[in-house]
Amino acid sequence: MSKPATDPLTGSGGRRHLLSVGDLGSEGIREILRLADSFAEVNTRAIPKVPALRGRTVASLFFEDSTRTRLSFETAAKRLSADTATFSAGSSSLSKGESLRDTAQTVAAMGIDCAVVRHCSAGVAVQLSRWLDAAVINAGDGCHEHPTQALLDCYTIRQRLGDIEGRRVAIVGDIAHSRVARSLVAALQLLDAGVTLVAPATLLPPAVDAWGVGVSSRIDDVLPRVDVVYLLRLQHERQERALLPSLREFHERFGLSAERVRRLADHAIVMHPGPMNRGVEIGPEVPEMACTTVAEQVANGVSVRMAVLFWLLGAEPAAAAAADVEASPAPERASAAEVSSG
Amino acid sequence: MPRVEIMDAEALGRALRRMAHEIIERNDGTADLVLVGLQTGGVFLAERLAALLAEIDGTDVPCGSLDVAMHRDDIGLRPVLVQAPTTISGDLTGRILVLVDDVLYTGRTVRAALDAVCDFGRPRAVQLAVMVDRGHRELPIRADYVGKNLPTRRDEMVDVSDRGVVLGATV
Repeated sequence: MSKPATDPLTGSGGRRHLLSVGDLGSEGIREILRLADSFAEVNTRAIPKVPALRGRTVASLFFEDSTRTRLSFETAAKRLSADTATFSAGSSSLSKGESLRDTAQTVAAMGIDCAVVRHCSAGVAVQLSRWLDAAVINAGDGCHEHPTQALLDCYTIRQRLGDIEGRRVAIVGDIAHSRVARSLVAALQLLDAGVTLVAPATLLPPAVDAWGVGVSSRIDDVLPRVDVVYLLRLQHERQERALLPSLREFHERFGLSAERVRRLADHAIVMHPGPMNRGVEIGPEVPEMACTTVAEQVANGVSVRMAVLFWLLGAEPAAAAAADVEASPAPERASAAEVSSG
Repeated sequence: MPRVEIMDAEALGRALRRMAHEIIERNDGTADLVLVGLQTGGVFLAERLAALLAEIDGTDVPCGSLDVAMHRDDIGLRPVLVQAPTTISGDLTGRILVLVDDVLYTGRTVRAALDAVCDFGRPRAVQLAVMVDRGHRELPIRADYVGKNLPTRRDEMVDVSDRGVVLGATV
């Protein structure tokens, strides 16, 4: 159960959160991918459940619609034996005019250990991490970041290609509005992969020069040279905002058709975070081709989110662990100091 | 800090060979046996025992590894390290499972392992083989096969490797 609340404005010191990929650093990412291997094995068992987070409560606070991310986190939490609580904006007091902070603190007062947060505004997860005495996981905040998606994508690349370092990844589509792209670029750069963004100029972010990545508007030039093609979902409202002439034209110039797949190297893979628009960013028959990893990404999502939850809640920071050990009698302390035996 | 060698590589090898004979004697051969080493210290011992069983009895005994980090009862009390993925092939139902670890101490690792193996089926029997039993049990658990009984203080550290067994003080 969560510890007594500290000053809600400053939050609790020493608590781990997962707010952005940059916070993790390359060591943190590698640690989580390594943990995910162990949880992937758990998911192959006849009983895919371990008692690691028994007695902990993980709350999903989804202020924006999501099916797969919420289900994936809830499955992950349940396989770790944590209790889950779900909040979704549509059926909540938000529609009665309650503020974000009041809503979050109401949920936190029920005693949660971890909040999985999705919101349409950038920075909400960071703000909640200051207000709540619980580990906060950013499950997507506006056009900012979606770190667990990037982690499961890296896990999938490593699983299919063996390694990530030195691999060349093309990210195609609506980069400007994509939190997935921001997190993925950060993760790939930390793991020393090369990134090329492929998009029409209207769908590139304003300060793309500062990202340190290649940029192209010609997908056919890029395809033969990459190991991974990562397609982003094109949201229909972009067309309404006059960023695109038509979806059909986008498909002609940037969509990954089956014909374009044939131009890829034999080992290359095609990734998509879902949900897909067949016939827009991806050819109608491409999702069923062997090079496509969409189903693996979803399956790996559970293992990687188990790793993230365990990393945040199971392997508690040393400060918290030391405090608990100090409280126990001296002989216990000696046994707790030893890891190799018992 | 003083480090005392308790067993050298040769003594460790002799102890393993004796334990392998005891396993065969107790189970009337090696039929249905499965060896599972506990990550990380028990894994190399399980592999060496499997090799010895193959040499003595002429049969291949399946050998796997188990990481009990996710089943420990002290998660949240101290940093828990997940070491390596578990590798247990096939259903354990009806088999005789021999858990192998380097050091038996509080018994909490073995308790977690007993919990963990339930997810892999219902073994006919579970036995425990350890290289060193250092005492200080906190749970009603005992080993079936012991390489060396070694009385220790709680602040001492027991290190088991291919090179032998060393007793040293902790930092």
